[in-house]
Amino acid sequence: MFEYAPAPESRSVVDIKPSYGLFVDGRFVDPVDGGSFKSINPASEEVLAEVAEAGSEDVDRAVRAARKAYEKVWGPMPGRDRAKYLFRIARLIQERSRELAVLESLDNGKPIKESRDVDVPLVAAHFFYYAGWADKLNHAGFGPAPQPLGVAAQVIPWNFPLLMLAWKIAPALAAGNTVVLKPAETTPLTALLFAEICQQADLPAGVVNIVTGAGGTGRTLVEHPGVDKVAFTGSTEVGKAIARAVAGTRKKLTLELGGKAANIVFDDAPVDQAVEGIVNGIFFNQGHVCCAGSRLLVQESVADRVLESLKRRMAQLRVGDPLDKNTDIGAINSAAQLERIRELSEAGAAEGAERWSPACELPERGFWFAPTIFTGVTQAHRIAREEIFGPVLSVLTFRTPAEAVEKANNTPYGLSAGIWTDKGSRILWLADRLRAGVVWANTFNKFDPTSPFGGYKESGYGREGGRHGLEAYLNV
Amino acid sequence: MSERVAVRKTYKLFIGGKFPRSESGRSYIVQDSNVVLASRKDARDAVVAARAAVKGWAGATAYNRGQILYRVAEMLEGRREQFIALGVPAAEVDAAIDRWVWYAGWSDKLPQVYGGANPVAGPYFNLSAPEPTGVVAVVAPEAPALLGLVSVIAPAIVTGNTVVVAASPAQPLPAVALAEVLATSDLPGGVVNLLTGRITETVPTLAAHMDVNAIDLTGVSDAELAAELEVKAAENLKRVLRPAAADHDWFADPGVGRMTVLLETKTVWHPKGV
Amino acid sequence: MRTIHGMTATATSARSDLSELGRSETALRTFLHGLPGVDQVGAEQRAAQLGTRSIKTTAKAQAIDLAIRMVDLTTLEGADTPGKVRALATKALRPDPADPSCPHVGAVCVYPSMVPYVAEVLRGSGVHLASVATAFPSGQAPLEVKLADTRAAVAAGADEIDMVINRGAFLAGRYQEVYDEIVATKEACGDAHLKVILETGELATYDNVRRASWLAMLAGGDFIKTSTGKVPVAATPPVTLVMLEAVRDFRAATGRQVGVKPAGGIKTSKDAIKYLVMVNETVGPDWLDPDWFRFGASSLLNDLLMQRTKLTTGVYSGPDYFTLD
Repeated sequence: MFEYAPAPESRSVVDIKPSYGLFVDGRFVDPVDGGSFKSINPASEEVLAEVAEAGSEDVDRAVRAARKAYEKVWGPMPGRDRAKYLFRIARLIQERSRELAVLESLDNGKPIKESRDVDVPLVAAHFFYYAGWADKLNHAGFGPAPQPLGVAAQVIPWNFPLLMLAWKIAPALAAGNTVVLKPAETTPLTALLFAEICQQADLPAGVVNIVTGAGGTGRTLVEHPGVDKVAFTGSTEVGKAIARAVAGTRKKLTLELGGKAANIVFDDAPVDQAVEGIVNGIFFNQGHVCCAGSRLLVQESVADRVLESLKRRMAQLRVGDPLDKNTDIGAINSAAQLERIRELSEAGAAEGAERWSPACELPERGFWFAPTIFTGVTQAHRIAREEIFGPVLSVLTFRTPAEAVEKANNTPYGLSAGIWTDKGSRILWLADRLRAGVVWANTFNKFDPTSPFGGYKESGYGREGGRHGLEAYLNV
Repeated sequence: MSERVAVRKTYKLFIGGKFPRSESGRSYIVQDSNVVLASRKDARDAVVAARAAVKGWAGATAYNRGQILYRVAEMLEGRREQFIALGVPAAEVDAAIDRWVWYAGWSDKLPQVYGGANPVAGPYFNLSAPEPTGVVAVVAPEAPALLGLVSVIAPAIVTGNTVVVAASPAQPLPAVALAEVLATSDLPGGVVNLLTGRITETVPTLAAHMDVNAIDLTGVSDAELAAELEVKAAENLKRVLRPAAADHDWFADPGVGRMTVLLETKTVWHPKGV
Repeated sequence: MRTIHGMTATATSARSDLSELGRSETALRTFLHGLPGVDQVGAEQRAAQLGTRSIKTTAKAQAIDLAIRMVDLTTLEGADTPGKVRALATKALRPDPADPSCPHVGAVCVYPSMVPYVAEVLRGSGVHLASVATAFPSGQAPLEVKLADTRAAVAAGADEIDMVINRGAFLAGRYQEVYDEIVATKEACGDAHLKVILETGELATYDNVRRASWLAMLAGGDFIKTSTGKVPVAATPPVTLVMLEAVRDFRAATGRQVGVKPAGGIKTSKDAIKYLVMVNETVGPDWLDPDWFRFGASSLLNDLLMQRTKLTTGVYSGPDYFTLD
């Protein structure tokens, strides 16, 4: 046997402070009417830092700082200069990438190879991409002189803490808005390190404000009358609550919500790559991915063979210490999320689906869930309908392309879909019919700052990335 | 010799390409004519008709949709006098005809302007293209009754959506007359469905309906009602177009915003390899 | 239409009898073209991903010794002489004269005319003696000549024959011809093991690599090997990945295990370890053995030895401390 020895990334590259304040008007400040909470490492349950919880007065101060910066500095600043700040930020992210990656893995539980090779490089790329738009808005196809909206309230989730921050802040700032961003309560630390990067870049005070806290802080922020724009990534349930909260206002709203993507494998698929795509589709980031390929639709004639290959491949997945460079699946982000994954998995078994996981030893402390597949799943099962947001795949079969499309679309969600076949015309036929904002054909879970991302139906509205992503932050 | 007795018109709903009366059997009087007072059931029927029409209409070629919208302009031009007789100012009728022509041309251009290739950093073909969102509920502006109506229907349907339109309650006759134009313009049944009657009766049903993908609140002048409708629309995350400003200039260049808000962007990735 | 049917079977699936396929060109073509396609980008990404594994300390030591045991220490030059190949064979036996715990390599690989000199050195050592044959590297000679070449090498003491396939025939779709040549060469080998060189650099696509792999296995090859080392593109991780998938699926389908040998261009320990990771995670421990996986290489050995010394002594070594044979 060839046993890989532990290959831990050093955590000494990042300096975590015992406590963090709010980042308001260019400075870290103590909350005025808030409290504090602890951010823990989900792989060990160790407390990483004490973080301020912003109260309504704190949120108000942040919004006012953003307003002032919008009116006095950032709004009037020529686009070419806004661009230079964003380019600076992109460069600083590249320079501090190791630090950011380690901190992200510590706070989130995701494997270091993902934070290092996927999250952080995409974060830098996103700032680099939108930096270039700041002085070209007149040519972006939104008319001769599109205007920013003002102050953007941005609430982001815990699955890609820094990447979601980049998706929110980079286009907002490029378009000339200022922002108040609330990171998720389980993963605030990289946003606070990003605040330090803003200081290092000499970004004018108030352009970026970070208010940490839980759902209450987020609600206060999106309901604040001083914000002109609300952008949210998270659950469909909260997305609906936000849509109700902004009803009747002039706040522009974009929502990036849940999904239950179908990953469709035909009998002529490049099968080894399809199996990789299935694995990447559901086990990337522990399945904490809104666009995860959580429903495998496999053509019945090859289902057994594909599943055998999939199981063999799953047996190679290495679950464990997120900081180990060889870890494929890290920790579940929180006890609450672990509970939800367990609850839905138990429902799957209770409803008669067959559960399988490879033999794998899970650490004793921390939050862990073995990669799992359910076979014999039908459209009526909860695990085929509800977003599990964990490393759990539901396997369904189909007989014809039309049936595949019908099943794929038979969900209130519409974020992404996958197609695996060697037949080009079939790909295009399916792509036309799938009601999903991103269709990956013979690949899965690919992201790029130039590529618009967002959902149909209850997966939200608006797009992030590309030229389309600017629209959310302009008065068009 | 006695004067010829005129044949009066019965103004009915327009649902699924047919002109039914309300299932409720109710009507109200406008300009001495009985106009149907649509019920919640009529609104639901209209949604069913609109949904049934999505596949064919969204699946039609852009060229075909453009030709049909242009055909609407041709038919409207032919009935110009009829609308003037209903009290629509001639300049408004002309502007409404021109608006159909303007939007007709967008059918095969918007996907080029609004979509395209994305230069991703990797060996992938990556293309974004707009698609219709599906069934759109539309509250037409109270005035101008014809131009306003055309200005909300045309941008929704040119890209492949189907609509259920609540006509201006105060001036429904141009709307019903427009339905007659649409019925004779090769527009497939169900693409445009028209409800007359009270906004407060039909629109809340549409706003809450889980099989409606978007709602255009342009014609809702009551801010409180608009907020209520937006709250209902949140239940399935309908795309929402908020009420137009009271001083909105319907004769001005409409821009592309009314089309783009009712579109989804689909991005397709594929590896490039041998 | 391509179909997965009959292909990705694993150990639990029913075994198929594929021995009839070689009897007709049509059957061969239907079978080979029915193999699932390989998406280039996906295959390359998977190979690159496996290359990011971090193999440290004990795992690295284990991997280096295994890699040394898997080296087919090779010299295939027109300028090869008895003296040169004897020195090489001596090195094969004791790669690190300063450290008796260092294992010997898997085999020495030379031209047929050099086989007798190497055989003298290796006799009874457990190090195999491989000879290229069949008009290596082009294979552009009459079949009779190629078979005579093979027989001569075996008669001189080679217990492994590295043959080249007829790429021209393969690319022209004359699969039967390629098949028959492999069958004939296998027969000419007698008890010697047959490694079939696909020359993947000339096959151009991974689909072809997969088909050629299956063709070679169907015809009786004991090993499939990437390259001669004589064309610009030699072994690459994705090509080797596709070949590993082929041997994995072939064993599942037939029960017969076939070895894999990437050759050419593998120069560093880091590269070699990446291949071992790929073997480990694609076909598993059954192939982590010199009987089932080899590296066709020459300069790789010295790098492995330097890394080995570093691990045992903690000091970085230099080329002056290792023999250049």
